[in-house]
Amino acid sequence: MSGYNFAYLDEQTKRMIRRAILKAVAIPGHQVPFGGREMPLPYGWGTGGIQVTAAILGPSDVLKVIDQGADDTTNAVSIRRFFARTAGIETTTHTADASVIQTRHRIPETPLRADQIIVYQVPLPEPLAKLEQSRAETRQMHALAEYGLMHVKLYEDIARYGHISISYDYPVMVNGRYLMSPSPIPAFDTPKMHRMAALQLFGAGREKRIYAIPPHTDVKPLDFDDHPFRLTRAPQACGLCGARDSYLDEVVMDDRGGRLFVCSDTDYCAGRQSMRQDEDAAA
Amino acid sequence: MSEHLLSATGLHLSFGAIWALDGVDATLWPGEVLAVVGESGSGKTTLLHVLSGRSAPDAGLVAYRDTEGVAHNVHAMPAPQLRALHRSDWGFVHQNPRDALRMEVSAGGNVGERLMAQGARHYGVIRESAIDWLRQVEISPSRIDDMPHTFSGGMLQRLQIARTLATHPRLVFMDEPTGGLDVSVQARLLDLIRTLVARLGIAVVLVTHDIAVARLLADRILVMRHGRVVEGGLTDQVLDDPQHPYTQLLVSSVLQA
Repeated sequence: MSGYNFAYLDEQTKRMIRRAILKAVAIPGHQVPFGGREMPLPYGWGTGGIQVTAAILGPSDVLKVIDQGADDTTNAVSIRRFFARTAGIETTTHTADASVIQTRHRIPETPLRADQIIVYQVPLPEPLAKLEQSRAETRQMHALAEYGLMHVKLYEDIARYGHISISYDYPVMVNGRYLMSPSPIPAFDTPKMHRMAALQLFGAGREKRIYAIPPHTDVKPLDFDDHPFRLTRAPQACGLCGARDSYLDEVVMDDRGGRLFVCSDTDYCAGRQSMRQDEDAAA
Repeated sequence: MSEHLLSATGLHLSFGAIWALDGVDATLWPGEVLAVVGESGSGKTTLLHVLSGRSAPDAGLVAYRDTEGVAHNVHAMPAPQLRALHRSDWGFVHQNPRDALRMEVSAGGNVGERLMAQGARHYGVIRESAIDWLRQVEISPSRIDDMPHTFSGGMLQRLQIARTLATHPRLVFMDEPTGGLDVSVQARLLDLIRTLVARLGIAVVLVTHDIAVARLLADRILVMRHGRVVEGGLTDQVLDDPQHPYTQLLVSSVLQA
């Protein structure tokens, strides 16, 4: 597209973002400030993720964008089209074919490889924000690795509900050092971050922070010895592909209480459905 | 027990032209309760903040002897070490419990916070400890999951004390712990503090303007005026036979019940 630099951002900005990314990779889980730019979409729609993606894209990259696991929602479609136009790169909906995956609220079910990068859109990068209002104080807490307060939050949860009730954005310790918000992915996805082969980058546009988890880094959810972290998943199988291991969306079907549970990862679900059809055809 | 737990020598601190501390020396022995009395503006709270490392003096030295008997210069300590000390070996009881408590966290969470900050990671153990401490400060364990804002002023102060003592500190700084409470609640609280401090063998630096509080709790007393210690000694000795005119004035101004 004429009139735009490759992938929308100017090269100086990309360089600034890449420096922030390099620092973030060097200090896993540490939030690095960066000069976030105005993007042609509102804050909260993925401005942080887009800037990170723009800074790392090359002409040979293949981009996949998901929103809540789906390739076909407004956010995913428009961001994918944005880069198809401004960078002229190839896009895909297949997890295995992508070299860069930008995501909001999910990690694909298909395990990621070492030659892939996943970019998370982050609304609130500071995991202690709800517990401690002062950013000066939370920075100090990070500096001194004083994370007792986060356990107070978990304690309160158990005291009130009998279990840790955090179902998304589950706080994690990265590399045994920094407390990190994994962005609002379901707690179900948190274990996928642990020693993931792919590089994980996080961009928060409004808060102007970038952080990262290098490949094969330890990511441990916070918990208590007698209340360990547990996976939560709807007990149903996917209504379309029959998967029992994937994260499910609950869809209201009618006004008589009808419900359908389907995979939130549309690519995973579609892949399993076509595999089934092949098997049926073969039989 | 032959060495000072905390010792301060030659403390000076000025705020502009005013000397808040003007050559103050103080020592504290393990397990001892030291009261600092004086009228408003005499520098007692400033002294407490300097002793606890919260503010730095212009001149002078504060030394703290740790459990291994090693002396540390409180103001030369790196910030992480000082913060760790405040989390574990030391405690600070504020006049207003709302300054210290987390009002949006339950009573149990408040008591457990210091334990968790020290690395306690077993919910059952933390909860047991919280229940035990609530009992010790005479708060019904049934209120463990209640929010502090549902507590009365006296209960809040007792909750703050439970929270502070949960990690078994060796040294607790108290700034007017009975301020703003009515007389009967004050009496109960004083009784509670005296019992706990004696039983646990905690050393206390207590700042108060209330001579009666000092008489009840303190082993030794320092009388401050205009940033100087004008008189010091055993509590009974100072209060029954005050030497300095200012101390005489302080003692005689207490209403006899």
